[in-house]
Amino acid sequence: MTSHALANRVVMRARGITKTYGPTRALKGVDFEIRSGTVTVLFGENGAGKSTLMKILSGVETPTDGVLELDGEEIRLQDTVDAARRGIAIIHQELSLCPNLSVRDNIYMGRELVRGIVVDERAENAKARELMARLEEDLDPRTLVADLRLGQQQVVEIARALAGEARVLIMDEPTSALSGSEVEVLFSLIRELTANGVAIVYISHHLEEALEIADHAVVFRDGELVAKGDRGEIDINWVISNMVGRSADDLAPDLLDEFGEVALSLRSVTVADPANPSRLAVEELSLDVRKGEVVCLYGLMGAGRTELLEALAGRVPIQKGTVVVNGRELRGESIGERIQLGLALVPEDRQRDGLVQTMSVGENSSLASLLSFVKGAWIRRRGENEGIAKGIADVRVKTAGPGASITSLSGGNQQKVVIGKVLMTEPDVILLDEPSRGIDVGAKAEIFALMAREARRGLAVLFATSEVGEALGVSNRVVVMSKGRIVREFDPRTTTREDLMVASGETTDDDTIGSTTA
Amino acid sequence: MNAIRIEESRAAKTPLPGGPNGRKNVDIWSLLLEGRAFIALIVLIIIFALLSDSFLTVNNLITMTKHVAYNAILALGMLFVILKGGIDLSVGSTVGLSGVVAGTLLQGWQLTLFDVVVYPPVWVVVAASLAVGTLVGFINGVLVTRFNVAPFIATLGMLYVARGAALLISNGTTYPRLAGSEELGNQGFLLIGGGRILGIPTAIWIMVVFALAAFFILRRTPFGRWVYATGGNERAAELSGVPVRKVKLRVYMISGFCAAVTGLIISSELTSAAPQLGETFELNAIAAVVIGGAALTGGRGNVRGVLIGAFVIGFLSDGLVLLGVSTFWQITIKGAVIILAVMLDQAQQRITRSKNAALAAADKQSSRQAPTGA
Repeated sequence: MTSHALANRVVMRARGITKTYGPTRALKGVDFEIRSGTVTVLFGENGAGKSTLMKILSGVETPTDGVLELDGEEIRLQDTVDAARRGIAIIHQELSLCPNLSVRDNIYMGRELVRGIVVDERAENAKARELMARLEEDLDPRTLVADLRLGQQQVVEIARALAGEARVLIMDEPTSALSGSEVEVLFSLIRELTANGVAIVYISHHLEEALEIADHAVVFRDGELVAKGDRGEIDINWVISNMVGRSADDLAPDLLDEFGEVALSLRSVTVADPANPSRLAVEELSLDVRKGEVVCLYGLMGAGRTELLEALAGRVPIQKGTVVVNGRELRGESIGERIQLGLALVPEDRQRDGLVQTMSVGENSSLASLLSFVKGAWIRRRGENEGIAKGIADVRVKTAGPGASITSLSGGNQQKVVIGKVLMTEPDVILLDEPSRGIDVGAKAEIFALMAREARRGLAVLFATSEVGEALGVSNRVVVMSKGRIVREFDPRTTTREDLMVASGETTDDDTIGSTTA
Repeated sequence: MNAIRIEESRAAKTPLPGGPNGRKNVDIWSLLLEGRAFIALIVLIIIFALLSDSFLTVNNLITMTKHVAYNAILALGMLFVILKGGIDLSVGSTVGLSGVVAGTLLQGWQLTLFDVVVYPPVWVVVAASLAVGTLVGFINGVLVTRFNVAPFIATLGMLYVARGAALLISNGTTYPRLAGSEELGNQGFLLIGGGRILGIPTAIWIMVVFALAAFFILRRTPFGRWVYATGGNERAAELSGVPVRKVKLRVYMISGFCAAVTGLIISSELTSAAPQLGETFELNAIAAVVIGGAALTGGRGNVRGVLIGAFVIGFLSDGLVLLGVSTFWQITIKGAVIILAVMLDQAQQRITRSKNAALAAADKQSSRQAPTGA
């Protein structure tokens, strides 16, 4: 680590940063330092406050309380442009490029090099070419971004930050779209940047990968910075134990030990990736789920969990293989017909796929089971109201009433409405995709308690998660998916977090996992 | 992680309503805003009544309401499409086409093969016109659902196609006499637009029937609920088992049907069918729906609003005519009213959103404090 000669001067400091959204405190008095020439890695589960802090550091949001210092001077960031002007750049997890513009235009977007009143395209081209060479990416700056692979787009995003001559560079999940070799290039680039004194803040869900690059690490939990350590003092166990704290063990609801007959049976199920039909998202996957059993699909982003569940629900076609629900084989039934058969999905993205935002709590609840309230041509209003009242009470939604707007509920309560909607269809098999996404710890426990209760009532439950605590805490069986296949199965009672992470490829190079376990 | 991010930034962008003092203001404003279209209608009536003696006479009100009915029936069909999150630009042309179909059948249908002219009875004429209008809607629906053509483009295309068809059938000329004759047994067409029941023109009765039907369909049938759900969030509706494609197809058919009805009423009233009939009618229909508080993004709007919107537009035009205001000003004023309506709608949505965001934040907090209970 030759870079440390230039390092360890505090460039940026956050003191007592608190951020509240309404009455909710997303960050609680966080103290945080960023040192020049080093990589500081942020760890934490979803919702721990990492992203909020990054938004504050990069000027997207202003803190409710506390101060930011740059070079020992108190600053107030107006917006991202202001932050960029001061040398603070952020590379977002979701790409923020304009696909209709060229690589060059994207790199210089908002800070075009001008000569007189016209853009100096020649200068931009030359500099963009230099940047690409530095990033070891053989790309013509005039290529349209839409024509690039995802990994290349990520490189352009990084080039954009570099073009602004950032002194503080924040990277939010920069490797999620990169291949193994691209990650290596990125890491060597990070080393080059730190050698030049740039301070880097790095967030990644790939724990071991992030540890490899970390000079310092900090761990967030529930809006607080709970631990910090330097390279030498930290390892994966330190990260995991601090990340999880005690909260995951609170989940552990009661589950059955013995199960009924097989309710959902998959044989050699193959699903094409809806985003890229030439690629398979799920390959030759076989799995049984019994009545009363809770099976967890554990895996990283892109492992094929969502595609599998959506194919089962009928949103995307199953290319090959058979699916049997309650002894009946599916043959291209519509989503509605599958719901009638007793198979229903609680989708991953509540806002996009779960709720109709323009409708009330009640209308959302009864949407999937509406036909059961119909007599002749009309919806029986009393029947529907009774059904809704029962459904809402069943999943303990806290609401002013069925007429309240769905957007007036918290994430946790909204999720309960989605689950309630599915339960009102009286399913036999329930699929849940990341059911705890974006909700509080308290609500999380309630959601999993609900799931366990339904299993005790005899439902077959198949849920997907990317959080180890959930996978081990609330299932009878953990099935690890990687690259569209089942890699291994675990009994959660005899499995450690490390076992799961290793099996999913979270802590090792992707490619070796694929070849050793296939 | 994405979901959290979205939630947080939403909550952050919508300011909470002010303290206890600011709150009362918000409520009065939101009440005024919610009833704005109705208030606007009342204000219009008062202004015109003050400025013109003949405005508030029974005859004038009936005449104006009849004019309102043409637009209202179109707008009711349009409401279904807009609730679904689409748009139907072809309705004006469908009005013309349905009139021409009726005209050509009433003048006698030349069967060249048998060298005879057929004079179908009026009910067949009406059924044929309605079928043609519904067919135009069906084609719109197929273009949108099966071929994924954007609704704006699909119906823009059909705007031309249907108009072209009307001109081709009529060879560009107007069918002048739609009365039919006794010996041919095809009399009665003129009753559709010209007749009166209990002293009220049939057009108004048809509007009332259609409004009631639309109200009950939207409020009390699964199909109605599905229209709202599809327009509110198509993906969520689909995953809840809503037959989204069928819903989309049907709303365009309803809109085409309503346009055909309007075409029949107006041709009957005019006792002639011109292929140019109904030009720019689609814009008035969209305006009525929007003034009535429907969102062009779908999922929000209702029959009451559409009726009020149609009355605002109709009374505004006729009132200005009565006052002798130039046509040029009429058009300008109508445009300004539409823009104002949409701006007020935005204001109301902002208030609703911030209220809901505040409630959601409070809900989140309360669940934090009492995390157990399950």
